[in-house]
Amino acid sequence: MTQKRTFFTATAIALAMSLPAFADTPQSGGTLNLIIQPEPPSLMLGLVQNGPTQMVAGDIYESLLRYDVNLDPQPSLAKEWDVSEDGLTYTFTLHDDVKWHDGEDFTSEDVVFSVDVFLRETHPRLRASLVHVESIEAPDENTVVFTLKQPFGPFLGIFEAGTMPMIPKHIYEGTDFANNEMNNTPIGTGPFKFEEWVRGSYIHLVKNEDYYIEGKPYLDEVYYQVVPDGASRAVAYETGQVDVLPGGSIENFDVPRITAMDNTCVTDQGWEFFGPHSWMWMNNHEGPMTDVNTRKAVMHSLDREFALEALWNNLGKLATGPVSSSTRFYDGDTPSIGYDPELAKQYLADSDYDGETIRLLPLPYGETWQRWAEATRQNLIETGFDVELVATDVAGWNQRVGEWDFDLAFTYLYQYGDPALGVSRTYVESNIAKGSPWNNVAGYVNPEVDALWQQAAVSASDAERQELYSQIQDIIVDDVPVAWLLELGFPTIYRCNVKDLVTTGIGINDGLRDAWIEQ
Amino acid sequence: MIRFILARLVKAAVILLAIMIFNFLLIHAAPGDPAAVMAGEAGATDEKFIADLRARFGLDQPFAVQLWTYVKATVQLDLGYSYRQSMPVIDLIWQRLPATILLTMTAFVIALVLGVIAGVLAASKQGTWWDTVISTLALLFYATPLFWVALMASLLFSVVLGWLPGYGYQTIGANYTGIDRVLDIGKHLILPATTLGLFFMAVYMRMTRASMLEMSRLDFVKTARAKGLSNGVIQRRHVLRNALLPVITLAGLQAGQIVGGAVLTETVFAWPGIGRLLFEAINQRDYSVLLGVFFVSAAMVLLFNLITDILYVLVDPRIRLG
Repeated sequence: MTQKRTFFTATAIALAMSLPAFADTPQSGGTLNLIIQPEPPSLMLGLVQNGPTQMVAGDIYESLLRYDVNLDPQPSLAKEWDVSEDGLTYTFTLHDDVKWHDGEDFTSEDVVFSVDVFLRETHPRLRASLVHVESIEAPDENTVVFTLKQPFGPFLGIFEAGTMPMIPKHIYEGTDFANNEMNNTPIGTGPFKFEEWVRGSYIHLVKNEDYYIEGKPYLDEVYYQVVPDGASRAVAYETGQVDVLPGGSIENFDVPRITAMDNTCVTDQGWEFFGPHSWMWMNNHEGPMTDVNTRKAVMHSLDREFALEALWNNLGKLATGPVSSSTRFYDGDTPSIGYDPELAKQYLADSDYDGETIRLLPLPYGETWQRWAEATRQNLIETGFDVELVATDVAGWNQRVGEWDFDLAFTYLYQYGDPALGVSRTYVESNIAKGSPWNNVAGYVNPEVDALWQQAAVSASDAERQELYSQIQDIIVDDVPVAWLLELGFPTIYRCNVKDLVTTGIGINDGLRDAWIEQ
Repeated sequence: MIRFILARLVKAAVILLAIMIFNFLLIHAAPGDPAAVMAGEAGATDEKFIADLRARFGLDQPFAVQLWTYVKATVQLDLGYSYRQSMPVIDLIWQRLPATILLTMTAFVIALVLGVIAGVLAASKQGTWWDTVISTLALLFYATPLFWVALMASLLFSVVLGWLPGYGYQTIGANYTGIDRVLDIGKHLILPATTLGLFFMAVYMRMTRASMLEMSRLDFVKTARAKGLSNGVIQRRHVLRNALLPVITLAGLQAGQIVGGAVLTETVFAWPGIGRLLFEAINQRDYSVLLGVFFVSAAMVLLFNLITDILYVLVDPRIRLG
């Protein structure tokens, strides 16, 4: 019975996902209603880069580039770009006649201000990449030149709106950025302008009539509706009050029911740039997980196929190691980390584990994660571990993980298309520091791997980078500093008459520029 | 009388100050702080980012200084600024207050009216199947988790029957004005207010029923009967009037909690009220919003208690001043 239902579920979703995308002529007009969950704290993308803020503000603000599903750069505010042969100079030519939403001209001076002044001050993720930048110059109104201190392989991958949003210099220069009153009425260059935010209810954007691409955007208005309860978000779609459920809007167990509805399409595209990768932190600092045999016992105890099928509706993939298959320089030819209860028991027998209770922190992001933790606990008990689940809310989880107060802890992180941007931070020794849940929390130390990360990041040759990253993946998988789980698949569910909703590897976060509604 | 009111006001102020300090200590005892949450949400942090956030939230100050700053500002009715939401806390509360008052007042009226009617009916038909059915139904609504009733109501009346909107405060994007807007909000109000009202209805029903039965056994009722009054007159004029006193007391106490909102109902029905603001602020450890909502809520409870005390003195001469 279970198998039958699972087959039906997987088939229904697969059928929905295989629906052809008709390449009709786009039609202008219409209103699109989407779910936004949770409500963003702010829409000022230069100050806040959490998921919901990126989703809404990604249509208000823009950066110089976008990335397709293969992560190849595409024009955005920059219409052309050129990289010098030594990999040190990146020259961008901006679109002509781009205006801010308040009517002021967007120029290369805004780019210099945004990156060199504003974001260098406020954006920790970008700041880590900017250490490679020697200078940013604006030789004329439409040209920006970045000069690097040394080659930095992933440099062309940091020009996405969530990473490097363009901020209006004429509004922010010389002000206290965090307390600028314009933060509540964001001004960008994007296809949609901020109109109204009724807190707790909705965010309303309207078409930017002066957008620099002729004819775009097609939609007149966009409403992001705030519905805090997962079941109610499903009701919102079922009753026709919203047209789009972005990935993660509803609980996974509701996905088959919703995707079986008429005029409903689903896609798992639009996450390639982010490459959401899940794993369990294993505390390498102290406790039972300091022993590699214990860690291997944990890794081989995990029935990840079950989790993929029963909890994630077969959307996503088994992770093979630290790098997601959608991230550049992925190498799937690494030592096996598959489910093998007998091997797990052998490793446990060879380990120092003496029966102490393992503290496992589920990720407090809803039912799916809670159930996954319960299934994992069961797997570990079958191997011979004693495991207790430690309940926390988001703030408590952040603190416990940041203070290394756990033995195992679920998490997932974005990879941003390149191992140097989103993977190495989890494994290099220099990134071990209490207080953050997003650095090398596990406490993995391997000087050989550190040196390889360093070498791969500054190599200008992709072939050399591939070789180095393959070596890294082999070594890390053998050390098992964390227990890799799944490359998460977040289905975007939408009415089939909404076209071109996801056109890039960044998905809905910048997709409404191209979206249109078939009337 | 003025001295009585002044004495009560002083007492209320002392209690409010104690509540403020207690809330402050309680919130800071919970694991995690707003800087940690925001750093967590950013998906990447470095030492500068955390230090900047902590300075912005004032968390880099000694604990006693933070407490003193909070108390000093609050007694001047400055509820602070939410750096998370880039808005003064008082503005956030004012934005959400009307929706909460509308929901909780409507639910309160539904609960009170239905509860008293059902209680009277059950008491007057004590021991019959009427009594059993009413008591069972009331107990059922009281015992069933509120969020489950809310979800079932939403599924039935919104998804299956399509009669009522399943969530929200208004039809988004419709831009109704005037009477259309009133009707639109009213339509959205029916499910959450009824769900919440039915939950509290049970309390009033049981209180009314018990109080009515207790009054019926007292001597003055026997006297009324001996005087030859009809049963209807006795129930209406003598029993019900006296039985309602404890119900009114309870209603007075609950009215003070109105501003606290109804977290579960507001969450399930996406009702943009104070309850949700509070719930989200707890998750995000948005200290200034949390303390602001707690302060307003506590002040309202104290105010209603004060009003109840004054009314008691006015209506019941047996309660002496002082």
